[in-house]
Amino acid sequence: MSEIGERVKKIVVEHLGVEPEKVVDSASFIDDLGADSLDTVELVMAFEEEFGCEIPDDAAETILTVGDATKFLEKNAKS
Amino acid sequence: MFDLTGKTALVTGATGGIGGAIAQALHSQGATVAISGTRREVLDGFAAKLGERVHVLPCNLSSKDDVEALVPAAEAAMGQVDILIANAGITRDNLFVQLRDEDWDDVIAVNLTATFRLARAATKLMMRKRFGRIIAITSIVGVTGNPGQGNYTASKAGIIGLIKTLGAEYAKRGVTANCIAPGFIKTPMTDALNDKQRETILAKVPAARLGTPEDIAAAAVYLASNEAAYVTGQTIHVNGGMAMI
Repeated sequence: MSEIGERVKKIVVEHLGVEPEKVVDSASFIDDLGADSLDTVELVMAFEEEFGCEIPDDAAETILTVGDATKFLEKNAKS
Repeated sequence: MFDLTGKTALVTGATGGIGGAIAQALHSQGATVAISGTRREVLDGFAAKLGERVHVLPCNLSSKDDVEALVPAAEAAMGQVDILIANAGITRDNLFVQLRDEDWDDVIAVNLTATFRLARAATKLMMRKRFGRIIAITSIVGVTGNPGQGNYTASKAGIIGLIKTLGAEYAKRGVTANCIAPGFIKTPMTDALNDKQRETILAKVPAARLGTPEDIAAAAVYLASNEAAYVTGQTIHVNGGMAMI
């Protein structure tokens, strides 16, 4: 897993309180990891903070899985 | 009980009677306060009286830019905003059929839209910290209606709905949202009433006196405290029994 992938995974584990082994690229935040809509907003805010970039609402809507987040951040992360 | 040491509070309308009393009460319970209002020199005088743990943040709530800058400025000054007191409000009274569009728009902008924007910005900070207290000052007339105040009552009723939604959305994050609904309180806003109006109103108050800003501040201290963690989405009426809801 990429360095960014590892950081994404760590944030997801911390925020959603899920087992690390469940946090795989294909895992959906809502369907597989038990997040509600507010959790996903918080995750996006946490990603923005960790990676020093802004995630616009229309981009946030396309981030549904752990892999989606990693892919977006590999392109857009500033820190 | 009700110790606020280490907590940070942003109070809008702090140059007014109720806002000033709330800022003072939170401060005397140990909170660091950011006082906001339109009149810089009054804020400075108030800050000098409070002494330490106080920041002055002038803001015109009818300006969108000012409103959006206020919570970030409070965060920059205090490191966090644990407590938001959305207190500032204006009136532009007239009979309903004579209410002008601009009187409607001004009152909705300052009382309701600014409360929305401030609460939105503050809640974002609070949900991260898993602690927050949003306290909006509404009014008894937002619940009962009042002749001559179609705009004001609508704005205050709107605040009650907004606060209930906030309470429902963020309860799991340790953020509570509540309203305080003052009745007839002795402030410059009510000093403007004439003797006859005052008499008529007092006849309806079982406590047979005007409320004081300190009566309201005590409710704010309670709602801001750790002890009120299980109270959210509520409107606390502080009105001497004028309306029992």
